[in-house]
Amino acid sequence: MDRLGSGIAGGRLAPADYETNFSDLHPRFDRHEALVASDRCYYCHDAPCVTACPTAIDIPLFIRQISTGNPLGSARTIFSQNSLGGMCARVCPTETLCEEACVRNTAENRPVDIGRLQRYATDIAMETGRQFFARAADTGKTIAVVGAGPAGLACAHRAALHGHAVVIFDAREKAGGLNEYGIATYKAADDFAQREVDYLLAIGGIEIRTGQALGRDFSLSDLTAKYDAVFLGLGLAGVNALGVEGEDLAGVDDAVDFIATLRQVDDKATLPIGRRVVVLGGGMTAIDAAIQAKLLGAEEVTICYRRGKEQMNASVYEQDLAASKGVSIRHWLAPKRILGRDDAVAGIELDYTALRDGHLTQTGETGVIACDQVMKAIGQSFKASGLGSLAMERGRILVDEHCRTSLEGVYAGGDCTNRGEDLTVQAVAHGRDAAEAIHHHLASAGQPAVAVA
Amino acid sequence: MADLRNNFVGIKSPNPFWLASAPPTDKAYNVERAFKAGWGGVVWKTLGSEGPPVVNVNGPRYGAIWGADRRLLGLNNIELITDRDLQTNLREMKQVKMNWPDRALVASIMVPCVEEEWRAILPLVEETGVDGIELNFGCPHGMSERGMGSAVGQVPEYIEMVVRWCKQYTRMPVITKLTPNISDIRHPARAAKRGGSDAVSLINTISSIVSVDLDTFSPNPSIAGKGSHGGYCGPAVKPIALNMVAEIARDPETYRMPISGIGGVTTWRDAAEFLALGAGNVQVCTAAMTYGFKIVEEMISGLSDWMDEKGHKTLDDVTGRAVGNVTDWQYLNLNYVAKAHIDQDACIKCGRCHIACEDTSHQAITQMVDGVRHFEVIEEECVGCNLCVNVCPVEHCITLEALPAGQLDKRTGKRVDPAYANWTQHPNNPMAVQAAE
Repeated sequence: MDRLGSGIAGGRLAPADYETNFSDLHPRFDRHEALVASDRCYYCHDAPCVTACPTAIDIPLFIRQISTGNPLGSARTIFSQNSLGGMCARVCPTETLCEEACVRNTAENRPVDIGRLQRYATDIAMETGRQFFARAADTGKTIAVVGAGPAGLACAHRAALHGHAVVIFDAREKAGGLNEYGIATYKAADDFAQREVDYLLAIGGIEIRTGQALGRDFSLSDLTAKYDAVFLGLGLAGVNALGVEGEDLAGVDDAVDFIATLRQVDDKATLPIGRRVVVLGGGMTAIDAAIQAKLLGAEEVTICYRRGKEQMNASVYEQDLAASKGVSIRHWLAPKRILGRDDAVAGIELDYTALRDGHLTQTGETGVIACDQVMKAIGQSFKASGLGSLAMERGRILVDEHCRTSLEGVYAGGDCTNRGEDLTVQAVAHGRDAAEAIHHHLASAGQPAVAVA
Repeated sequence: MADLRNNFVGIKSPNPFWLASAPPTDKAYNVERAFKAGWGGVVWKTLGSEGPPVVNVNGPRYGAIWGADRRLLGLNNIELITDRDLQTNLREMKQVKMNWPDRALVASIMVPCVEEEWRAILPLVEETGVDGIELNFGCPHGMSERGMGSAVGQVPEYIEMVVRWCKQYTRMPVITKLTPNISDIRHPARAAKRGGSDAVSLINTISSIVSVDLDTFSPNPSIAGKGSHGGYCGPAVKPIALNMVAEIARDPETYRMPISGIGGVTTWRDAAEFLALGAGNVQVCTAAMTYGFKIVEEMISGLSDWMDEKGHKTLDDVTGRAVGNVTDWQYLNLNYVAKAHIDQDACIKCGRCHIACEDTSHQAITQMVDGVRHFEVIEEECVGCNLCVNVCPVEHCITLEALPAGQLDKRTGKRVDPAYANWTQHPNNPMAVQAAE
């Protein structure tokens, strides 16, 4: 197969190019780089970066620990608030969180490299196999966690820390959730998601059962009957449909599936990719899919978003990253129909849109982009069964600030809840806080919680 | 264009930037390179007595401390005086002086405190045609254990005695280099003056241990697991040097005695400050050892540009200009009232000023105003201590503003008195001088 062959095909690049393209996006700082970067931290009082971090890591302290040559102490500071600090260092949109809040932006338009410093410390700790937290004595309590994604893992780790016995159920083959299946390859290179799961499990007291799907293999009531508490970190299993003509044509794919496949495949040359690819959507999934389509050798990759640049969920940093990889981003274009030839995608017809009186409307003009693959990245939705009478709000599980659901002893966190923000670090915070709430509940209950469902 | 030509006790150089006696001035090769780079003068690395030269350690000679981004702030060394044969040094000095007649070349000397030793070496040095001699009474390490260097500089009577010998046995100008490792720098300076020294130069290095290796528990620099105190220099010592220069400059006994200022001169600003406190020129070492000889270009242009901007035509217009403003604490005006002011446009909201004031000073800076991070001086509490100014990462963001006479000081509830009043007149001072009725 050659680079410019039409249609959807694999092997567009030389073998070495795949390795280069999908290697670590931002390699870890070496010691010198970390020292220089950490020197820039002002050790602010009541630091805005900490406030901006959903897990409230003591960022000035961990950076100071790096600057004084104590990366392990730094990692302890990070992990004490965020057990998935390694992945968060890689995938957090720091440019809209801690680094956006950094006072260095005001001073000189360039924040301290908080994310990369966090990675420096956590990588060193994980590579040396250093565990910072010892599990408390066994409490005899058992907790079921559904979903081995960021929320579930964070919950399990914190609950295990308190001495509870945790069983995590996950429908997929591997633990990690979006960390394993939903993150661009170059952000979690070298099997990082699995290494992080192993690192977390080393605390002990956590069992993971994969291939176990809620609603198929067990129900929520099964869990509440058997365990002292349940945490639901289900994520968003559904994907939104376009609802336009041609959606069923060969070559119309879900971006999340594309991203997941990329993460799991050994030889990326075997992955077929269109010569010309259109990605629909304006979030991080659209960006991740578009960039990786380009990295697989697609000649033209165009993101079409129905609103403007300012409304894109993907950060400006991510948009710039896409542009730097050769992806074009076009705004104010909504899919009208997908054009086919011989049952395969041949192009996409788009409506030009505009905001009128605050409403997104079609201008009446249309355009066509020739392409042989369309990826849908227009959002994910909550999809689950086996939840019984669990109360929902706007299609997600209703929880309070302690991650409690409408059922006693059942907690939930991350994207599956009405408090979800489609943010790994937010899910980690929910999982951690839910574990604390569960621990508090179990400790104060004095006896095992009674199943309620 | 400012005239940077320097005449220091009759020794002329095209600019006031001399390289101090130290490793950079060890031999002709380096000194030639220094002169090519533009240095106005060189004090040759200290000569010892004729005979087998001293030996140096064969391991590390230097240790350091660093600031942010590993910027070298302080350097310490355990190197001794020249470890080259005296005749080799003299031959090279003579040649270099012939090659560079317009530059200052001064010989640093350290021989035992015996008249014969000084009488023997002085004619040899004079024969090279160098412009003057500097008596090394300063080195605090190694040679001091043998009764030389700072061992002499710490005993004013020895200083006076040796200076006298030198003035007796040579016609060359004598500069006495002082050690800071002494409780009151004025005493050795006065002794040098009594002995007839033409000038003093200071400071030599400060006895120091820069760090301890926490794996081996050896001080650094470590020689086979052991360390010895070294001489500390570089930017970190500048404040100590400035004070000692000023103390000599304003001491009635040594007033107007020429001073060659040494100690952490790294930029033209440092040099200008030494000049202002009474130095006739400056000597530099660590800056050259950190950045190379080219650094003198910045010093020359910076000093010249500043003098032009301020209308100072010659170095004499600058030397000593700050001496009259150095006084004793008891004479500071206690009616002067200043308050910190934070420029909200420049503030980056790091909160350092707040926490420094809150935890360690006077609780005079807000953190939150109406639920928003906002750092503002509470004038009712501010004593004008300047700590917030010093910890603020943004220059000129926080400034101390003097309250004009008559304005209410919200902390004391009193109006600012326009009259000058110091501690000697203060009612709380039991020794206060009462005005005559």
